[in-house]
Amino acid sequence: MREINAAEISKAVAHLAQKTNFELNDGVLTLIEKALLNEVSPIGCDVLDKLLENARLAKSENTPLCQDCGTAVVFLDIGQDVHIIGDDLYTAIADGVRQGYQEGCLRKSMVKDPFSARTNTEDNTPPTIHTEIVPGEQIKISFMPKGGGSENMSRLVMLKPEAGTQGIINAVTYAVQDAGGNSCPPLIIGLGIGATAEKAMQNAKRSLLRPAGQPNSNPEVAALESQVLESVNKLGVGPLGMGGTVTAMAVHAESRPCHFASLPLAINLQCHSARHGEVTL
Amino acid sequence: MTTWNIASPIEEDQLAKLHAGDHVSISGIVYTARDAAHKRLVEALKNGLPLPFNLHGQTIYYMGPSPTRSGQIIGSCGPTTSKRMDDFTLKLLSAGLRAMIGKGERSQGVREAIKKYHSVYFVTYGGAGALLAKTVRKAEVVAYPELEAESILRLEVERFPAIVANDIHGRNLFEEQIAKYRRY
Repeated sequence: MREINAAEISKAVAHLAQKTNFELNDGVLTLIEKALLNEVSPIGCDVLDKLLENARLAKSENTPLCQDCGTAVVFLDIGQDVHIIGDDLYTAIADGVRQGYQEGCLRKSMVKDPFSARTNTEDNTPPTIHTEIVPGEQIKISFMPKGGGSENMSRLVMLKPEAGTQGIINAVTYAVQDAGGNSCPPLIIGLGIGATAEKAMQNAKRSLLRPAGQPNSNPEVAALESQVLESVNKLGVGPLGMGGTVTAMAVHAESRPCHFASLPLAINLQCHSARHGEVTL
Repeated sequence: MTTWNIASPIEEDQLAKLHAGDHVSISGIVYTARDAAHKRLVEALKNGLPLPFNLHGQTIYYMGPSPTRSGQIIGSCGPTTSKRMDDFTLKLLSAGLRAMIGKGERSQGVREAIKKYHSVYFVTYGGAGALLAKTVRKAEVVAYPELEAESILRLEVERFPAIVANDIHGRNLFEEQIAKYRRY
């Protein structure tokens, strides 16, 4: 049994909130650079060029990459031999979010009472937390500021079991076409295939934590990712929806067993500002 | 590639030369408004109440910045999705709004109104808020401070980059450009 103080967790979250909002991971930058090489539309190339310049500026000046500093989505992989001491865990995470968004001059975009008054909570809490219990005595904290524009274009499709590979390709292609420029392409497309409705969406979102562009370790799933990417990039939507050959930079799919009556497909679109970071305590 | 230097507020006689796909560099005054501010502006118009600024001939930028760090003029300040404003936009265009800046496509209703009321819709670089902040010379809250990031700001911008998306000739950048690269 290893003890971890909740205060350490708050500190880690506050740090990640800022770092992820100021700096794109190298993997994402590499994908944008690759997109710039592959894109044939002049407007598309102009957009990609500006995005790279924006990333350089944001990092050097600690200015948020995007004014939408997101919903704070936190993934916890907690070793079963860890004992958290001090404050309770979820309070510690909310404290970290509060502190990180304040210190970093990050935009607070969360509102209370979503269908009525919509008053700002003032500190970007509450975070959305997904917890997994895993073997070991460490805690891995992954932080993802998720922007509203791309999240709004998410979709859950309960396909017929016989829809198969082509059904998935078609559903994702339609979703990306409908999203157009609203989800800020070029995208990383997160897919949760199988499981149940709610778990599929969690898997879709979690897939976005993978290093950008890394294929699924299962060759069959990796092949599906390639097929979806090819199909989506035929749409012509392009960078910011203004036309082009690079609508998505990568597809990350996770596949899980499911009921024999079902084929759940959750689609979680990630904008080009694909921000996330991890620490292990 | 055509790039026009455009002064904002934009004079009506400047609109005819703007065509979908042209690049523009905007200098002058733009007002920011997002969802919540649009709702209030339209409610005021419906109730015959005065607006917090004279809308006639003005430019609205769909934007809510991140907080300003000390020593800076404004935080990150890229566009939000224009589509969410579509229902309100019809009312604002009929009340004299001249230009809009945002990201993503507009509804058919808005596209038709742009032609009818002699207006223009520009798109700017979504997700490039740190870069766009460099074009802002001054920012002040002019209405609804309680909406915080969603309050209405009066910005003075210099060489703010954008692209004409919908013009008075009825052209639509998105439709034209996507058709060029679509392989279905």
